Amino acid sequence: MKQTRAVEFGAGLFVLLGVAALFFLTTQTTNMSSYTTKGYVLVGTFDNVGGLKVRAPVTVAGVAVGRVVAIDVDSERLQAVVRMKIDPAYNRLPDDSDAAILTAGLIGGQYIGISPGGSDQYLKDGDELQFTQSALVLEELIGKFLVRAGQGGSNQEGEKQ
Amino acid sequence: MSRDDIVDPLRSFVQTFGASQLFLARLITYTPRALLRPSLILEQIFATGSMSLIIIMISGLFVGMVLGLQGYDSLSRFGAEDSLGAVAALSLFRELGPVVTALLFAGRAGTALASEIGLMRATDQISALEMMAIDPIRRVAVPRFIGGAISMPLLAAVFSTIGIFGAWLVGVRLMGVDEGAFWGSIRQQVDLYDDVLSGVAKTVVFGVVASFLAVFEGYNSIPTAEGVSRATTRTVVITAIAVLVLDFVLTAWFLDKDTLG
Repeated sequence: MKQTRAVEFGAGLFVLLGVAALFFLTTQTTNMSSYTTKGYVLVGTFDNVGGLKVRAPVTVAGVAVGRVVAIDVDSERLQAVVRMKIDPAYNRLPDDSDAAILTAGLIGGQYIGISPGGSDQYLKDGDELQFTQSALVLEELIGKFLVRAGQGGSNQEGEKQ
Repeated sequence: MSRDDIVDPLRSFVQTFGASQLFLARLITYTPRALLRPSLILEQIFATGSMSLIIIMISGLFVGMVLGLQGYDSLSRFGAEDSLGAVAALSLFRELGPVVTALLFAGRAGTALASEIGLMRATDQISALEMMAIDPIRRVAVPRFIGGAISMPLLAAVFSTIGIFGAWLVGVRLMGVDEGAFWGSIRQQVDLYDDVLSGVAKTVVFGVVASFLAVFEGYNSIPTAEGVSRATTRTVVITAIAVLVLDFVLTAWFLDKDTLG
């Protein structure tokens, strides 16, 4: 009898410890709040999403308020259609807000930053953001820079003459 | 060398494989009824899980501490020490936790299961059960199989959790990584489904495979001293190979799902 009790105690302790560890892993190391199924969907159309990924954060003033849930290509306009789910607590975004694809740090991932507008009408579920700004693609930037540098150089030469 | 020299080993391999699949099917069909007798399973959870706890905790702590050292050294070359927490957490949850735990589990619990059942066969205890019209698979094999399959995911969770604290010990306390950056990077990078739950899914598969192989090898061992020792060795070797091969398959599968969204 004494031995069975020790076995039960040992097994119980082990299972409790294991479940506590699982609980720790699922709640303390992950960002659970991003998995709320509640929320309203906003749609943004971008010329180029760059390296934006599904589940990238959507921020207002640097604070994450939602996540990107889907990225598709509109087959008619040939633009990227990004659907993002916003936490229902942030339901007072003006309907003239604009969305830009930004990069966190040098090697950080890309996210969507929403800059609130001044309208007194708020965005609702399924609304499309009117103003969007595409991701900055490094090659395009370098290309523009080179063209401008080339023009600048020729202008200076022209001035000399 | 005659044709039979090549065909016979092949045939016996396929035959053993087929027998093992039938055995697994029997274990699984008996599982629901066996769950009605939890005391037998509890005993096995104690034998496989509680008794493996010490080795799992010590290994987890040191694997985590090594991750802290190695991660800090590699990351500081890129000036990215602040991501140490995320690197340690992702490697532990996705790979090291499930795989190292499964290998240790095979060495600590699998061998015990195989040699115990093997000795039961060698000392005719299995035949004695059959004489008493007790199905030895139901009475001996199934509770051990279920107990091992339940213990393994819990052991892996303990391993990963202790590992994180090992990495924290070295990274934050010894190397001076910022405490907030360490935990913040973990929270930011670790995904519940893609990282934690895919790791747990791996441990469930490994637990079923490791317990099944141990029980199968023990149950089908040759009833001699040599036979039992061979069954024990085979358990570790085959489990290690099966776990590593399955790990590749499962990882490829999970990553494929990730990239497809």
